[in-house]
Amino acid sequence: MGYPHVPHQKETPVLTKHFGEAEARSLDGWKKRGGYRALEKALGMAPADIVNVIKDSGLRGRGGAGFPTGMKWSFMKPGDGKPHYLCCNADESEPGTFKDREIMRWTPHSLVEGCAIGSYAIGAETCYIYVRGEFTEPLEHMNAAVKEAYAAGILGKNAMGTGKRVDVHVHKGAGAYICGEETALMNSLEGRRGNPRIKPPFPAVSGVFGMPTTINNVETLAAAAPILINGADWYKKMCLSNPKSTGTKLYSVCGNIAKPGTYEVVMGFPFKEFLYDLCGGPLPGRKFKAIIPGGASVPIQTMEEAEATIMDYEGFVAGGSMLGSGGVIVIDDQQSMVGVIARLARFFAHESCAQCTQCREGTAWATKIMERIRDGEGTMEDLDTLLEISENMTGKTICVLSDSCATPIVSGIQKFRSEFEALIHGKKFHPVMAAVA
Amino acid sequence: MAETKMVSLTIEGRAVSVPEGTTILEAAKQVGVLIPHYCYHPGLPVAGVCRMCLVEVEKAPKLAPSCATTVADGQVVHVHSDKSLDARKGVLEMLLINHPLDCPICDQSGECELQDYTFQEGRNDSRYREPKRFNPSEDFGGDIVYVPNRCILCTRCVRFMDDVAHDTVLNVSERGDRAVIGKFEGKDLTNVWAGNVVDLCPVGALLSKDFLNKARAWELDRAASICPNCTQGCNVMIETRENQVVRMRPRPNEEVNAFFMCDYGRLNYRWMNERQRAETPLVKMNGKLVAADWDVAVPAAAKLLTGNRAHIVASPMLSNESLYLLTQLIDTSKGAGVFRVAEGEEVPLPGVEDLALRRDRAANVYGAEMLGFKKTNDVFAGAGKGDVLVVVGEDFDGLDASSISNAGDVILIGPAMPNWIAEKAAVVLPTTNFAEEEGTVTNLRGRVQRFSQAKAAPGLSRPTWLVLGDLLGAIGKQSQFFLPSDVFGKLASSREEFAGLSYDKLGFKGLPVLNAKAGAA
Amino acid sequence: MSTPLAAPGHASHGAHEPYVKVFTGGPRKELDELLTRYPTKMAALLPALWMVQRERGWVSEDGIAEVAEVLELTPAYVKGVVTFYTMYHQHPVGKYFIQVCTTSPCGICGAEDVVKALLKHTGAVELGQTSPDGKFTVIEVECLGACGFATPIMINEEFVESVTADKVPEVLARFA
Repeated sequence: MGYPHVPHQKETPVLTKHFGEAEARSLDGWKKRGGYRALEKALGMAPADIVNVIKDSGLRGRGGAGFPTGMKWSFMKPGDGKPHYLCCNADESEPGTFKDREIMRWTPHSLVEGCAIGSYAIGAETCYIYVRGEFTEPLEHMNAAVKEAYAAGILGKNAMGTGKRVDVHVHKGAGAYICGEETALMNSLEGRRGNPRIKPPFPAVSGVFGMPTTINNVETLAAAAPILINGADWYKKMCLSNPKSTGTKLYSVCGNIAKPGTYEVVMGFPFKEFLYDLCGGPLPGRKFKAIIPGGASVPIQTMEEAEATIMDYEGFVAGGSMLGSGGVIVIDDQQSMVGVIARLARFFAHESCAQCTQCREGTAWATKIMERIRDGEGTMEDLDTLLEISENMTGKTICVLSDSCATPIVSGIQKFRSEFEALIHGKKFHPVMAAVA
Repeated sequence: MAETKMVSLTIEGRAVSVPEGTTILEAAKQVGVLIPHYCYHPGLPVAGVCRMCLVEVEKAPKLAPSCATTVADGQVVHVHSDKSLDARKGVLEMLLINHPLDCPICDQSGECELQDYTFQEGRNDSRYREPKRFNPSEDFGGDIVYVPNRCILCTRCVRFMDDVAHDTVLNVSERGDRAVIGKFEGKDLTNVWAGNVVDLCPVGALLSKDFLNKARAWELDRAASICPNCTQGCNVMIETRENQVVRMRPRPNEEVNAFFMCDYGRLNYRWMNERQRAETPLVKMNGKLVAADWDVAVPAAAKLLTGNRAHIVASPMLSNESLYLLTQLIDTSKGAGVFRVAEGEEVPLPGVEDLALRRDRAANVYGAEMLGFKKTNDVFAGAGKGDVLVVVGEDFDGLDASSISNAGDVILIGPAMPNWIAEKAAVVLPTTNFAEEEGTVTNLRGRVQRFSQAKAAPGLSRPTWLVLGDLLGAIGKQSQFFLPSDVFGKLASSREEFAGLSYDKLGFKGLPVLNAKAGAA
Repeated sequence: MSTPLAAPGHASHGAHEPYVKVFTGGPRKELDELLTRYPTKMAALLPALWMVQRERGWVSEDGIAEVAEVLELTPAYVKGVVTFYTMYHQHPVGKYFIQVCTTSPCGICGAEDVVKALLKHTGAVELGQTSPDGKFTVIEVECLGACGFATPIMINEEFVESVTADKVPEVLARFA
C-alpha cells in the first residue's frame, strides 16, 4: 500500500492489514485484532503438527532464498539434549527493501507471536530477534512489544499459562549489511565480527553458540500466525500461478515511481499491473527504464522483461531476475544505469566483510572501474575486465555478497551496454536527452 | 578405539584412500599433489577465506574450497583443470591488485607463496589501472613489524595468536578493502611465541625485525637441527649466510613442536657466530700457553689424565656422543661428571600439547642425566687437590677465577676460552660449537634427535666427539671414531636405553629412548 | 587506517577528557540483566558497546578496554569488532550526528542534493567533519532500509523520512 495507508483493492492484506493503525502496536490493540490466538492454539498443539501445517501451507522463506519454511523447521531434531535457538532475521539491509521495517513498526506483536510460535515448533527455548541498528523506531516498538508480552505472561517460563517456556529477546545490530546473511548474523549475535561462516556445518546442526539453530525472516515468521488460524489450505489457495509459490508476499517499492510503499499481493500477481496500477506508474512525464525487483542483489530487468513477469519465485526467474527480498527498485529514464550500478557496487564494496579475496578486492576494484566509466574515463577493455572480474566474484566465496555485487554489473552490461559505451565514447549522460531518445 | 572408516577418491587421476573427515587438500598431499593455498595451515583452525584452494569436484555445482571440504567416497577431484586454474588465477589477480611489486626489497622474496603461485599459475600482466591502496607500516612490538600493503588478509597470524597462543592481541580491523591486521595500542606482540606469525605469514607482511634486510632467501644455506636453547628440543632449520647464522626457524615435527618454536630459542643464536674463541690447540710450556699441533696437544692432555682422577665439567649443550665419550673418561679415571644449566621461566604454548619453553635452557640436560652426569650449581666444587679438571663445552657465563681455586691441572676443551681460565689451563683443545658439529641430543621426554652441521668452525677447531675420541685413544682406552654415527652406534650397543637406535632409524624427526617419559611433566 | 568518521581535532568535546568508567551502578545492573539473556559473555559485546556509546557519545580506546575487561575479552578482540560495525563512533562526533542514505534507491531520488544541502546548512563543510560550533556531523551511510521514503536521514536516534534538499532548513530548525 502506498501512503497514507490505504490498501489498493487488488491487494490482499494479511500481514499488512493493520498497517497505519497505531493502536495495533499495543498488546491490547493487537489482541483486539485477534492477536495471540494463533500462539494459544499453537501451544496446545504438538510441535510436529505445527511444522506439518507450515509445510502444507507451502510457505517459503521471505528473506530472499525462498527455502520451504516447514522443511527448515523439520531439520531441528527434538530431544537431542542441546539448547535450540530460533533467530529472527530482522537485519533488513538489502537496498530497496523495507517491508520488515513496516511489520515491526506497525504490528510488532505479530512478530513476537510469530517468533513464539516458531520457537515452540522447533523446540527452541530462546529466540533472538536481530534488528539492524539503524532501525531505531522498529527497535523501540519491538522492545516495547516484547516487554508487554513478558508482563502479560505471554512469554517467559510459563507462556500463556501452558507451563511451556518461550523466551524472545531483541538484539540490536550495529551497522553491517552482511549481518543479514544467516551465519554472519549468528556470529554477530555471539559478539563477533559479522563474518559469514563456511557451510557445512549448517545452522540446524551447529548454529548460534554452536547449537542447532533455525533462522527465519521477519515476514516468514509473521506469516505463521495467520496460517495456523486459517489453515494451510487457506494459505495454499492464495496463488494465481504455480503451486510452488503460495500465500501473500510483501513488496517494498521504491525509486522513481508514483506511489512508493509496501504492498501485499498474492503469489502470481502480474508485475505490470502491480507497477502501473497499484504503484501508480512512473512519475509525471517520465518513463520506466529498468527494474531491480528483489533487492539490490538480483539481476536488473528491462521493462520488457519486467512487464511480462509473474510475481512469484519462479516467475521472477523466468523474467530474468529473482524474487529475492521483494524490494522493488524502479529506475526511470532520467537515471544513468551506469551511475545506478556504480553506486550499488560501492555499496557492496563498503559492506564486504573482508574475508574472501574475490569479495574484498573484487568489490572495490569493480567499484573503481564502474566509477571511472561513470565519470567518462572508461575504456572498452574495462567492460571486458568488469565481466571477467564479475565471473571471478561469482560462486567462489563463502557467502553471496560478492555475487551480489557482480550481478547488477553483469546484467547492466548485458542489458544496457549502449549506456556504458556512450559514456566510454565521451557522451556524458544527459537526463533530458535520454528522455527524448 | 573405533576403527577409522576409510574413504576412497580420485585426485588428479590418482587413487587415494584416507580416513573419513580428511580434507581434500590434505588427501591431495598424500598423493603428491600440492593444492595452492594461503589461509590454510595444518597447525591452525580452518578459515576458508583466501579461496585459493578451490578445486573442481565432479558433479558438484560449484568449485570447492579444498581446505574446508571433506572427502567423500567416489569423489573425482581436479586440481589443475581449466576451471580450477581460472579460479586461482582470478584469486591471484585480486591479491596482487593492491600488493606492491616490491619483491626486490622484500624480505619474503624467494620464500613467498604469493610470488611462487603467481609464477606458477598467475597472469603475466595486470589489468589494474587504479592507484594502489596504501597504509603505513607498523611496529607491532616484540620482534614483529607489519607491512599492511603486502598483507593478503589470510588471518593466519590472528588465528595463531587467538587459537594457539591464546593471547588475542591481533585482530582484523575494519572491513572490505580497508581491512588490515590490527592490534590495540599498548598491547604488543611480546608473547614469547609471537615470532611464529612471521613464519606463518605467507607473504612479506609480517617480518622479523631481527632478520630484517639481513639476507635474501636464496643466499641462505639451511641445516636441519635442534634448537639448543631449552630441553624441549624443537626441530629447527639453522640458516646461514656466508658462514654466519642469520636465522633459526621451526621445522615441523608433530611429536615435539608441531610447526612452532619460541622467540627465546629463535633469537638466541648469536653465540653460534662468536669469534672470540679458541681456534688453535694450546699446550702450556714454561708457564706459557703456546700453539701446538693436534698431534702434540692431544697426547699432552692424555698424559695429564693418566693415573689421575678426572673431574669433568660438561656442558648440557654437548651431544649424546660427546657425553658418552666423556663417561668413558670418567670410568677410566674413576672420576666424576657434573654439569650446570641456566634456568628460566617455563612458558607453554597453550594450543599445542606438551610444548613449552622449558625451565632448563640447554638442549641435552636429559641426555646428560641419563648418562650419569650430576646437575649442580657449583660445578667445580667436587674437584679435589690433584684432580685433573676437564672442562668441556662450558660457556663460563657468570664464572670467574675464584671458582676454580681448588683445582689442579686444567684441560680446557671447547670453543670458549676466557683469559682467566686460559691462564690456568695446561692444555686447550679447541672444539666446534653446537651449530658446527653433528650429533644427537635427548629432549625432556627422552626423544633422541639428530642435529646436523650448519656452519664451518674457525681455525683448527675440531668436533667435540672427534677430540674426545682421539683423547681416549691417546690414553689407550678406545679406538678412534671417524663419524659421529660410529660413536652413536657404540653408545647404542653399550647403553640399554639407546638400544636399537641408529642415525638411519632416527632420521630427522627423532625417536624416543627406551622407557622414555611420555606426556606432560 | 581507514578515513576516520570525524577527524580528531575537529572534535569539540570528549576526545581529551579523562575516561570515566561506564559499567558501575545502573549501567552495570543493566549489563548484568543483559548477560542473563545469552549463554556466553561475549554475546553481550554489541549491547555493551551500545551502552558505552550511549553514555559517552563514542567508543574510545578506554571504552574498548573497559568493555574487554567486563566481558573477559582482550581489547584487540573488541577493537576488531568495533571497527567492523559502522555505527560505533570511533571518534567524538557533533551533538547531532546526521546520517544520510545515499545508496542507489535514494541516490536516484536526489539523495546527493540532500547531502549538499545538509553540509551547507549545518556548516559542517565536509562529510565526516564536525561543524565549527560542534553541533553537527554529517556522514553518508549505506541503505538505511527506508527506501520508499527517500531520502531518509537519521539525526542521532531519530529517523526523518522523505527529506528533500528544499526541506533541509526546516528539518534542521528543530535541532538548532
